[in-house]
Amino acid sequence: MAGKSVTTSRRGILRAGLAAGVALPAAALSARAQGGPDPLITEVQDWARYTGEGVDETPYGLPIRFESDVVRRNVPWLTADPISSINFTPIHALDGTITPAGCAFERHHSGAIELAKPDYRLMVNGLVDRPLVFTYEDLERFPRHSGVYFCECAANTGMEWAGAQLNGSQFTHGMIHNMEYVGIPLKTLLDEAGVKPEGKWIYVEGADASSNGRSIPIEKALDDCMVAFKANGEALRKEHGYPARLVVPGWEGNLWVKWLRRIEVTDGPVESREETSKYTDTLADGTSRKWTWVMDAKSVVTAPSPQVPIRHGNGPLVITGLAWSGRGAITRVDVSVDGGKTWKTARLAAPGQPMQMTRFWLDHDWQGEEMLLQSRAMDDTGYVQPTKSALRAIRGENSVYHNNAIQTWWIKQDGSAENVEVS
Amino acid sequence: MSKFLKAVALGVITSGPALAQDDAGRLGLGREALPEEIAAWDVKIMPDGRGLPEGSGDVMTGEEKYLEHCAACHGDFAEGLGNWPKLAGGEDTLDRKDPVKTVGSYWPHLSTVWDYVHRSMPFGQAQILTPDDTYAITAYILYSNYLVEDDFVLSRDNFLDVAMPNADGFIVDDREETEYPEFSGEPCMENCKDSVEITMHASVLDVTPNDPDDGDGGEESVQENSEDPPADNAPVEDASAEQATEAAAGGETADAAAGEGDEQAAATEPDPELVAAGENVFKKCKACHQVGEGAKNRVGPMLNGVVDRQVGAVDDYKYSAAMQEAAEGGMVWDDETLHGYLADPKGFLPKNKMAFAGLKKTEDIDAVIAYLRAHP
Repeated sequence: MAGKSVTTSRRGILRAGLAAGVALPAAALSARAQGGPDPLITEVQDWARYTGEGVDETPYGLPIRFESDVVRRNVPWLTADPISSINFTPIHALDGTITPAGCAFERHHSGAIELAKPDYRLMVNGLVDRPLVFTYEDLERFPRHSGVYFCECAANTGMEWAGAQLNGSQFTHGMIHNMEYVGIPLKTLLDEAGVKPEGKWIYVEGADASSNGRSIPIEKALDDCMVAFKANGEALRKEHGYPARLVVPGWEGNLWVKWLRRIEVTDGPVESREETSKYTDTLADGTSRKWTWVMDAKSVVTAPSPQVPIRHGNGPLVITGLAWSGRGAITRVDVSVDGGKTWKTARLAAPGQPMQMTRFWLDHDWQGEEMLLQSRAMDDTGYVQPTKSALRAIRGENSVYHNNAIQTWWIKQDGSAENVEVS
Repeated sequence: MSKFLKAVALGVITSGPALAQDDAGRLGLGREALPEEIAAWDVKIMPDGRGLPEGSGDVMTGEEKYLEHCAACHGDFAEGLGNWPKLAGGEDTLDRKDPVKTVGSYWPHLSTVWDYVHRSMPFGQAQILTPDDTYAITAYILYSNYLVEDDFVLSRDNFLDVAMPNADGFIVDDREETEYPEFSGEPCMENCKDSVEITMHASVLDVTPNDPDDGDGGEESVQENSEDPPADNAPVEDASAEQATEAAAGGETADAAAGEGDEQAAATEPDPELVAAGENVFKKCKACHQVGEGAKNRVGPMLNGVVDRQVGAVDDYKYSAAMQEAAEGGMVWDDETLHGYLADPKGFLPKNKMAFAGLKKTEDIDAVIAYLRAHP
């Protein structure tokens, strides 16, 4: 393999640099201290002499092989079977806000199905003037709409309710993605069928074997829901509901029905399996909240974190993370390096937008000290992301869903990190 | 009128012909849904029982149906096997640590049970249960939760008479009153607490999975430097890591090996295209059967070496009486018997427990046999 020795020598140089960095913490490294001129510069490298791949090599590309560990991961003990399970977006290794579709988390209840556009039908029925059936082609002829929205599973961070469990922001917070959708407003389809005055809810279901039916109040359906067929510019991926899925901005991912096949206008909620036995939040006294659709403001430091330890020496360190709120736009993210004693306001990469992910950065001068790294999001309703103990004081420890508590990473002196809880 | 329809309307004035809309702003796309189509897809059951079809089922029939269709995952007594859901028990646990949420202890509406069993179960064979089957299985689940007696018959008429123990156990989302006021306002920035102690470590539990390429479930690999390609990682210590490295090294080696294999393929070797087609067909079987390296018995027996082997020969698999009888009769899974069985499992071997409707196309059966033959 031609690339290997080069890669090795690159790493050798990086190691030498690191060693030198420890010796000279405050100063920029001198070339002499690294052991002389850098052969990556002084020697003509293969890539600077020979040609690379032609344009016919990769009609649809994947990330370069050096990034092959930036992949969705599964937690096998979590569910009985990978066909009805979830995997996690590698948020620890991403930056910016848009999640590439190829590594955006998947949650299926009966597996990801292959449904071709010619076989696709969408029915709108129930309390409507005219029950209708649309083909995929029909959908493409309606006036279009676009929007960037995060989709977060209600169970994201659910394994952390009772205590710190999983080492990595991918596992603790990776049941989320953020994509740019194109499709048509759900209102357009409902107007086409004509909602009768007694229609107060819709019931949506998918074409897969689980069908994953959910009830949604008509106000939300007519407000900002979409039937999307494109994400990040291209057709939805199979695992995200090709050829069409529901987008329910700011609300829990289970409502974003994939392979959407039917929308029924009803006079009440169906109380389906997914909205009674699951996706309900049991409180300490044994009663359970239902219809907890909205995702409250939340944030997490994606790096440094257990999967992304600090590997450089002392000095400049970029602390990066994500924030989002289902109730509006992120207005501010504060970061603490001392477990919440003091906070600094982080930089937002761009002003927060409603129901989208926001990227934050805090540029920190790290001198090898231990840190208890936390982030705390605020949205434009004035809501402040709570601590775990504040949430537990109200909900107890059995809630599973909707854990939007502040996360703590313990960064050790060697730069490694661990998921911890603090007092 | 929504924003973009207004925009469309404005567009009329300035540019080109209008979209033809009726008074209600409809574009006239789509077509009327036929009653048969609505009947086929609209199978939801409302909490008040609307949508329930005619029919009935008793506990004893339900037990029989349940053992055939459900017990492989949910256990003979609805107790749940492995990570599969428990359907019974758990009463008085909702206010304790790790509540056990079952139909009896948690589900507020019986309609949900009927609806879900009918539309989504059995897992991997959805929508095979008739209304009578569904009434019967629902009755059995109630019985296994001690909610009805063993002579109980469930039907549309008495459906709403069944009291669900946790029917009043739910409140509508109250975060707006109970949480939002408390979690709002200007947060503390300085001297927010006197001391900070670590109270819990994730490493104590050590349940973080390993890198998926590694398959070996140990420490560390999720902590690998994200800059390094896996091929360049830690020393190769065992066979699985070695394979992962090869796989990650990708293209050339693997392709070369495959090419070599093709050349060496003798006439008796299975047609690779047919095997590939069979792998695709096998997706229909995967919910219950495993094949290949490390295959284990699941709902159905593992299928390595099944072709040309005696019927019912996998150790530790609990076959149906019908299958055991066929085995004692000396039946072998050859081309002929497999064709008969896969085309019509229940017709070919009555009362066997495979809940599969059968493969309609002969070429699919040929392909899946070729695929199984490739896994001796």
